[in-house]
Parts: sequence; C-alpha cells; structure tokens
Amino acid sequence: MNLWLTILAVGLLTYLMRLSFIGLLRGRTLPPALQHALRFVPVAVLPAIIVQELVPQGSERDALLHNPRLLAGVVAALVAWYTRNVLLTIGVGMATLIVLHMVFGM
Amino acid sequence: MSQPKKEFLNGIKATLPIMIGVVPFGLIYGAAALKAGIPASIAQAMSVIVFAGSAQFIITRLVGADTPALVIILTAFIVNLRHMLYSVSLVPHLKDLSSRWKWLLSYLLIDESYAVAIARYQDQQDEITHKHWYFLGAGLALWSIWQVCTAAGIILGAQIPESWPLDFAIPLTFIALVVPMLKDRADVLAALTASGVVLLAAGLPYKLDLIVAAFAGIAVGIGATRQ
Repeated sequence: MNLWLTILAVGLLTYLMRLSFIGLLRGRTLPPALQHALRFVPVAVLPAIIVQELVPQGSERDALLHNPRLLAGVVAALVAWYTRNVLLTIGVGMATLIVLHMVFGM
Repeated sequence: MSQPKKEFLNGIKATLPIMIGVVPFGLIYGAAALKAGIPASIAQAMSVIVFAGSAQFIITRLVGADTPALVIILTAFIVNLRHMLYSVSLVPHLKDLSSRWKWLLSYLLIDESYAVAIARYQDQQDEITHKHWYFLGAGLALWSIWQVCTAAGIILGAQIPESWPLDFAIPLTFIALVVPMLKDRADVLAALTASGVVLLAAGLPYKLDLIVAAFAGIAVGIGATRQ
C-alpha cells in the first residue's frame, strides 16, 4: 500500500513538472533573453545525463582513463559527430564496449 | 496524406532508431524491479504512472535498500526536475494548443520524446506546422514500447543475463540524439560545462548534481554567445 502511494506521489509530481510551463503560459510569448537561454536546455541536460551513465559515482579521477564505458562513449560521440546516424552511433558504441571488454579485458 | 497524419507518422519514424536503446532499458527495468522485491503489478504501474526510465531505476534501487517513502519521493522529484526545463523550452512550440493537447503531451514528455521533438523544432531550415502531431507520434511510440518492454522484463526477469551490457544502450541513445544538436561553439561549451560540472558535483545529496550541471551549462552557453 505504502509503495502504491509513493509511486502515485512521484507520478503526480512528475506530471505537474512536465505540465508546469506548457500548461501555465497560455498563448504568452517568452522574453527573448529567456528564449535564447532555452536553446541550451537540450545540449546541457542530455550530456550531463550521459556523463552520469558513463562514469560510476565515486570513481577515482585516475580511473577515468581505464573506464571502458567512457572510452566507448567517446568513440560513439565521434561517430555521431561525423555521421549523424543514430543506429551507427549506437552500434559502433556497443561494439567498442564489447571489444574493449573481450580483447583488452577492460 | 493530410498534414497532421504525416507529422504523426514522422514523429513515430523519428523514434525508430532509438528503440534500440529504449527496448533494453525497459527490459532491464522490469527485471530490476522484480529483483528489488517490487510486485509485478506495481512495477508495471510505475511505467504508466511515473513513465520516466531513470527515475524508475532510482526508485527501484531505493526500494531495494528499504529507503523511507519520503526520501524516495524527494529523490525522484529532484531527479525529475529537468522536466520543468524541458517544459519551459517547449513553450514557444506548443503555447497555442488547447488545454487537452497540453495535458496529453505533458504526460508524454520524457527525455527521448523531448530530444527527438526539440531537435526537429530547432532545425530552422525545416519550418513545420502541426508540431504537436509530431510530438504525439513520438511520445505514443515511446510510451507503447516502454509498457511492452517493462512487461517483457517482468516476465523474462532473471533470464536476462546480467553480464550483458544492455544498460549501455541508454547513454549511447542520448549521445546519438544530442551530438547532432551541437551546432556552434556556444552549444559545445554548454555541453562540456554540464558534463564537467556533473562530475564535480557527483557527491551532492538527492541527485542534485544533474540540475546544478544543467544550469551551469546553460549559463556558459549564454555567456559564450554574448562575446
């Protein structure tokens, strides 16, 4: 029962956050300075999520270079930069991780 | 074909390549929820009620560690704060819709639907009408796959080998979506700043690091365009 209530509370809060600005600002135009700032929302939030996934919390700085996920992530980013192809990016990234694991034992 | 239907289908199509990341994400979520002792009914309901992969994973971990409900709610709240940023950044594109549309699209607003839609909206060369239909197509496609894969993960459970690096598909999906959005120096600086700050802020309580990193990245992006 407790868990149901927890899930409902999280769901409601999350929905209200999603609705917040979309729902509030009816037909209003945002100030140009804010619109300019918003341009950076995706390019700031998504890379931060990516880094959180690639670097386990509490890992030592020295361990960064020996982190196969980080290396494979960098390779995938290069593929994305030069090809802009989603499937190729995911495919090469996954293959790199597997090679690093199987061949180099990382 | 009518314009709304065409945009709806375009939205669905845009999500197809990233399904390779979403499918394993759903599978391992379903399996992880059961392993943490969450009943199958609640695990599936969470995918409908919360519908946010990373928050669902964190909730699963916290439940497995017998965390008090209030801490779980607070942590999930902070992890999901970024949706307010997504919400405000979509205002210029969705502001003229009816309330019903806004309520519906808000429910479907997740990282992936946001990334797919904003990439299209920010592409100035391609002025599109019926943006909301595009969002609806992408959101519904992602929602359906998320529900099906949660169920599959619950059913398959322990049969999914834990040594498979399936979860690596998640950051790869985001890499594939965000790198093409880096169009100038300010974008790159914003991305690098957010990436660096999230590492430095990693010890912050309740996963505040993500939102701190986001604001740092946005600030540097603004600064870089002023010069």
